[in-house]
Amino acid sequence: MHMADALISPAVGGSMLAVTAGLIGYSSKKLKENLDEKVIPLMGVLGAFIFAGQMINFTIPATGSSGHIGGGMLLSILLGPYAAFITIASVLIIQAFFFADGGLLALGCNIVNMGLFPCFICYTLIYKKIVRGSVDRKKIFIGTTLAVVIGLQMGAFSVVLETIASGISALPFKTFVLLMQPIHLAIGLVEGIATSAIILFIYNAQPELAAGPAGINESVSVFPAKKVFIGLIAGTIIVGGMFSWFASTHPDGLEWSMFKTAGVEELEGPEHGVHSLLGIIQKKTAFLPDYSFRVSENAPKEEGEAVWPSVNAGTSVSGIVGGVLTLLLALLAGFLLKKRKKVAGNN
Amino acid sequence: MAGITIPAIYFPEIIISKIESSLQSLGYMDLLSYQDTALHKIDPRAKFITSLFFILTVVSFGKYEISMLMPFVFYPVFLLTAGNIPAGYILKKILYVSPFAFMIGVFNPFFDQNVILHLGNTGISGGWISFISIMLRFALTVSTALALIACTGFNNICFALNRLGAPKIFAVQLLFLYRYIFVMAEEAARMVRARNLRSFNGKGKGIKTYGPLLGNLLLRTINRAERIHLAMICRGFDGNIRIMNKYKFGLRELFFVSGWISLFLIFRFINISQLAGILVTGLFI
Repeated sequence: MHMADALISPAVGGSMLAVTAGLIGYSSKKLKENLDEKVIPLMGVLGAFIFAGQMINFTIPATGSSGHIGGGMLLSILLGPYAAFITIASVLIIQAFFFADGGLLALGCNIVNMGLFPCFICYTLIYKKIVRGSVDRKKIFIGTTLAVVIGLQMGAFSVVLETIASGISALPFKTFVLLMQPIHLAIGLVEGIATSAIILFIYNAQPELAAGPAGINESVSVFPAKKVFIGLIAGTIIVGGMFSWFASTHPDGLEWSMFKTAGVEELEGPEHGVHSLLGIIQKKTAFLPDYSFRVSENAPKEEGEAVWPSVNAGTSVSGIVGGVLTLLLALLAGFLLKKRKKVAGNN
Repeated sequence: MAGITIPAIYFPEIIISKIESSLQSLGYMDLLSYQDTALHKIDPRAKFITSLFFILTVVSFGKYEISMLMPFVFYPVFLLTAGNIPAGYILKKILYVSPFAFMIGVFNPFFDQNVILHLGNTGISGGWISFISIMLRFALTVSTALALIACTGFNNICFALNRLGAPKIFAVQLLFLYRYIFVMAEEAARMVRARNLRSFNGKGKGIKTYGPLLGNLLLRTINRAERIHLAMICRGFDGNIRIMNKYKFGLRELFFVSGWISLFLIFRFINISQLAGILVTGLFI
């Protein structure tokens, strides 16, 4: 459920990145306040453990498929929410860079979906509430599984919200929700059982590790939810506003295409080749960002044969030809440069 | 015994597990980042900022945009060429991770059937156009992220993050994490191999062995972290890790960043593809 750059808008990606940066800064500050310096290598190595552990599968009986751990909840139980959040964010960063799971702009979305919900919300509000007082196996099992399942449901729902808010996918909200939530209920159950199997093993072997954050002062594991959320919402609004100019410089694609269907009426003398190119450059400088005005002006051929919806064929064809040409040119440039380099290397 | 040699293909999991192949690709990307091209020598901050701006610009287009995205291909191609990174390898990686964007994008043709483009007699619906646009964005952003890491190296990215204001604790444990991924993944790969070799017909791979398997790995991990910490104290660790600063943000970096960013802005607001198309169709057709 890693979000991809291709599916989000700058406003959504930017605000989520800002939220993430804020949370990482806040968590680091909290950790620094009562830092047991032992925790830095522990976080790093546990992050590597999660990374490797996610690739070890177990078979699920009667389905033929296999499952693995998620990570956020396991880290929270072992390290407390702040250190866990930083660690899971790091794991996601490495996955984004090396395996292109998600993307750089979508990183904020992914860290929120897979870090914020399990570490801050489900760990503090579900796991901690169930597993307290006298700890036993049943409490650990129920607490862990429930927290993982709900965390994943929140994450999946958040994927839906981010995708819908970005407006790149045409999936309707209801269909998308019905698609995501049940799948992630099943995945959540599997991840929850896997996570509790590990925690239960640790509880048997070294109960003090499973009982609370290792090597971290207990006070650090309390999360002032209200304060942080007010900050988060404020940050989202500010950054969302800042980034939205990016999105609004151009009309939405649909409006643009509607203009094209309706607005092709102004015809001028035939313009071809270099002449039209110069004309267009000149017009471009006049109307700069509003390209909905430009598109209609270079296709005089369409006169009289306006079949509905009369999209300007001339423009489309030149767009396609030019697009393919640009692509080829870029690839060719790369190829030639590489070849030249090789020749130079041989000399 | 000559008649019963079993082709290796029957045991793909034993021959090479998922962990090992991930480890291999991680190691290969790491290796690429140790090259010594002019691009590798540029301050990581410059490459990081430029690539982030690139991604931001690419995703800022409306959902039906295809032709204006084309010129953006120049940037990843430049990174791959100047950084001497094998393009085929990066392409393979892009294909390997495409399922999520594909799965979400492929619904567009079903839900958005308004015909918005005519090519001869065939109408092309908005859904198909936005689907192509999604896949194009996907290829552009992913190839840039992969090329960035291959021409910069993860340690330098951590350095850049730190210098750009990320908290030190965060940067330092990111470095730790990266260093120990190689160690942990090798250990995990050995465990998986051992389990596979002892399992017949898929038996013994269920949750019953999984818990203790990962639990043991986890306990060893925690012990390892303690040893590492002790070793660090022996070498004078005082809670502060000093990251060496071997780069300088100089004139070259300034040119790199401002040059590319202005190019992205030109690509963003002027439809180069269409201009080229008009030029060509006007001259030859």
